Amino acid sequence: MEPQGGGEDIIRVTSEPLDPAALAAAVRTDASGAIASFVGVVRDHHEGRRVHHLVYEAYPPMAEQELARIAGEMRQRWEISRVAMAHRTGRLEIGEASVVIVVSAPHRRQALEACAFGIERIKQSVPIWKKEYGDDSSEWVIGDPSRP
Amino acid sequence: MTVTVRLFASYRELLGEDELQMEFDDGATVGDALELLKETYPVLAQQGYSPLTACNLTHVSKRHVLSEGDELAIFPPVSGG
Repeated sequence: MEPQGGGEDIIRVTSEPLDPAALAAAVRTDASGAIASFVGVVRDHHEGRRVHHLVYEAYPPMAEQELARIAGEMRQRWEISRVAMAHRTGRLEIGEASVVIVVSAPHRRQALEACAFGIERIKQSVPIWKKEYGDDSSEWVIGDPSRP
Repeated sequence: MTVTVRLFASYRELLGEDELQMEFDDGATVGDALELLKETYPVLAQQGYSPLTACNLTHVSKRHVLSEGDELAIFPPVSGG
C-alpha cells in the first residue's frame, strides 16, 4: 500500500509483516535529531489467560483515515518531522509486531511525547479489533467504550 | 432511503453478515437504525456493551441523521494496538 496522509507521513493498515527498522529509516530526515518508536507485540497471556495467537480485524479505509487524523493531531501539538503509523491485520503469532509508530523530530522530547500520544489515541479511536485465541477458546477483546 | 450497514468483529459474527442493505424513513437517525436492527436481530440486544457507530468513515453519535447512500458501520469498542 502506498504511503498517504499529511505531507510525507506513512499510514498503513496491512496484512503483511511490519518492519520497524524500515519505517524508522523512512521517517529520518536530515533535520531529525531524534527518532522515537513504539512497537506493540503479541504476548502470550491476557488477564490470566494463556494466549496462543491473535487475529486482528480492521475497517481499513476508516482505520487509515483515523491514523492520518491522529498523525495530524501529533503534528499540531509537537514540532515533528515525519510520522509512520502502521497496523497489522489477520493472524499474528506470539512475538510478532501488531502496531508500529515512528516519529522523527529535531529534538528527543517532541519525538518521544508525540509517539506516546500516538499509541494512546490509536487504542481509543482506530477501528481495529483483536480476537484472542487461547488453548481451547477464542474471545473478542472489547475496548474502553468511553471513547472515541 | 437505502443505507449500507457494515458490521465488524463481534457484531459481524453475531449477525452472520458483514454487510446489509436497509431501508429507513427520511430523517432516521443512527439510533433509529440500531433499534430497527435489534428488532430484526434480537441477539444484538444481548451484548454486554453498546456498539460504536461510524457514518461514511467518521465516528458519529446515535443522534446523527442518515442520508440516502450512507455507509453506516456498527462495531464494538475498538481494541487495536
